[in-house]
Amino acid sequence: MSKPKTPIHFTVDGKKCQAFLGQTILQAAKDNGVYIPALCRWEGFEPAGACRVCTVRVAGRTMAACTQPVTEGMAVENNVPDLQDMRKSLIEMLFVEGNHMCPTCEKSGNCELQALAYRFQMLVPRFPFQFPARKVEAAGKKILLEHNRCIKCLRCVRGVRTRDNKAVFGALRRSRDKEITVDQALAAALPEKQARQAMDRCPVGSILRKEVGFVVPIGKRKYDKEPIGSDVEKAKD
Amino acid sequence: MARKIVIEPVTRVEGHGKVTIRLDDKNNVSQSRLHIVEFRGFERFVQGRPYWEAPVLVQRLCGICPVSHHLAAAKAMDVIAGVDADGLSPTAEKMRRLMHYGQMFQSHALHFFHLAAPDLLFGADADPAIRNVIGIILTNKELATRAVLLRKYGQEVILATAGKKIHGTGAIPGGINKNLTAEERDALLRGPAPLDIDTMIAWAEEAVEFLKDYHSKNRELMDSFAAFPSNHLSLVRKDGALDFYHGAMRAVDADGKRILDDVDYRDYLKYIGEEVRTWSYMKFPYLKSLGKAEGWYRVGPLARLNVCDFIPTPRAQKQFETFRAYTHGKPNNMSLHMHWARLIELLHSGEVIKELLLDPDLQKTELVRKGKKRGEGVGLVEAPRGTLFHHYQVDKNDQISMANLIVSTTNNNEPMNRAVRWVAMNVISGKREITEGMLNRVEIAIRAYDPCLSCATHAVGRMPLVVELFDADGNLLDRKSR
Ligand code: SF4
Repeated sequence: MSKPKTPIHFTVDGKKCQAFLGQTILQAAKDNGVYIPALCRWEGFEPAGACRVCTVRVAGRTMAACTQPVTEGMAVENNVPDLQDMRKSLIEMLFVEGNHMCPTCEKSGNCELQALAYRFQMLVPRFPFQFPARKVEAAGKKILLEHNRCIKCLRCVRGVRTRDNKAVFGALRRSRDKEITVDQALAAALPEKQARQAMDRCPVGSILRKEVGFVVPIGKRKYDKEPIGSDVEKAKD
Repeated sequence: MARKIVIEPVTRVEGHGKVTIRLDDKNNVSQSRLHIVEFRGFERFVQGRPYWEAPVLVQRLCGICPVSHHLAAAKAMDVIAGVDADGLSPTAEKMRRLMHYGQMFQSHALHFFHLAAPDLLFGADADPAIRNVIGIILTNKELATRAVLLRKYGQEVILATAGKKIHGTGAIPGGINKNLTAEERDALLRGPAPLDIDTMIAWAEEAVEFLKDYHSKNRELMDSFAAFPSNHLSLVRKDGALDFYHGAMRAVDADGKRILDDVDYRDYLKYIGEEVRTWSYMKFPYLKSLGKAEGWYRVGPLARLNVCDFIPTPRAQKQFETFRAYTHGKPNNMSLHMHWARLIELLHSGEVIKELLLDPDLQKTELVRKGKKRGEGVGLVEAPRGTLFHHYQVDKNDQISMANLIVSTTNNNEPMNRAVRWVAMNVISGKREITEGMLNRVEIAIRAYDPCLSCATHAVGRMPLVVELFDADGNLLDRKSR
């Protein structure tokens, strides 16, 4: 028998919210119709706290909402100008650290990084472009890895596994030298549905199921109709 | 003292061109050249990209006719995906055609009304401050309104087929990513007023009449300005009909004799060579059978109407018959008649759009076909400014390893140079002073062919006209700008 959930109370920007003990701030906020932007988070998998776009402030301390459990009486600051600007700067950093050419990217319209840039009204990044030399790994039968666009969120490492639970993706090195690797033999053996899932799991256009690019027309893509986060915000309306 | 006149950059021509005219000691023109000063990069930077990305990537070559690049690349990638040109589903082929004729419609409207009409209406000696589209708006409201709406209609067709008015995604290897909904169809067929297809066709027809009337009053200018004999190249449908989307290559000489006929464009390298000249980044294509000196050719509206046997829609065919009769059935070699041909094509595009809108295949759902993959693909279309070649090789990892593009402007490189030379010889030669009107005529000559140097060189932007006068030793004698 599962343990009864213990209800607790907290606030986000003064809004009274309810949650259950053990939930993270991000989950709890979502259940209360409050959107906290996040890139490395993928529901159902362990949070990684990698991208820090979900940073909130509690009692003067900043913390990642995706890893921090919510507690009774917590007063969370979320949609406040300085935090929003910091999040925007993180998004800008992700853009300048890689080589992101939205106009020709097949993930355009379905890309969470691009969608967040729109939500935050990013025009020109405040940081200089790094133009890193990165490669395209195209030798696989099904999956193409476009390293130029990888934001090292590790969703693929955490969430793409074969039926016998072998990791298809891994990570090499650390920090800015971190690089995602793919076991192309395992990737080629993924059933079609899972190969497409791997593409969806990647928030940007780094993991691509080969030869399906641009099949969804403009107007029907995920973020063509509404900005990212609208689903969360509307759920409680 | 020998003098060198530099005209740069050319206004109302997209991109960056420079004209140098060298005079000898007696102020006679000894040499004239149209230089393209930017470097072309697309063929290099598509290398390594996955092949299905090419149609979306390469359309960024151009902001005026991206659909042409999109479709030429898609046709090449169909072949790579194992689908031949006649193997697309009817819905896919017709959607692409609709997109293409929509783009032809908007581009021809833009070219004629916004870019060329000011020259014709105000004359080459008019003040540049009014010899532009704003001048047209101020002096001829009705014409200006139509210009804007004709173009807008073409863009609406592109929006409905490619998802965006500029740089959409519609065509994918082996097909298309959407069909035309009944609502989209009805909006294009019937309104909102005056944006319905019948009004558009009527306006296009009136535009042809407007040009014919202008011609009758300005015969000397229209018939002699930058007129010179040339070969002409275009795609034609198997039965000889005008076709912008698909066909075989045909070329005729200045008298109408066929040089190429029924050539499968996948073999274009057997027939077309590209000469590199040290002074220009833009190559000079030529028909191999005639050699570098004699093999240059025109492409575009004039060439298409010189090459085809008929136009497969009634109103445009009627206009075509008048056009052909004017040169007694022989090819028309008058540069300013390019505008006449362009407007007949505008009318034809409107008629084809209507035919397609009434075709129920556009609401069917078979969008993509796949076949056995191949390593190489060639795709040609007739872009608004002329024949456009896209050729790619793809490696076993699906990455593009080679790309060769011959764009319309490049095909017209030698003709544009000849047109500039005509102006130099006929207008500038023997004169001591360079007037505004002379410079305008250089531009008019280029503009008849192509307002879009950016597509050949891939630069963006437009700058004011600068004129510099050099002596034989390269010393700046004079500088005029506006
Ligand atoms: S490949 Fe995609 S999912 Fe994997 S780390 Fe990079 S961005 Fe994240």
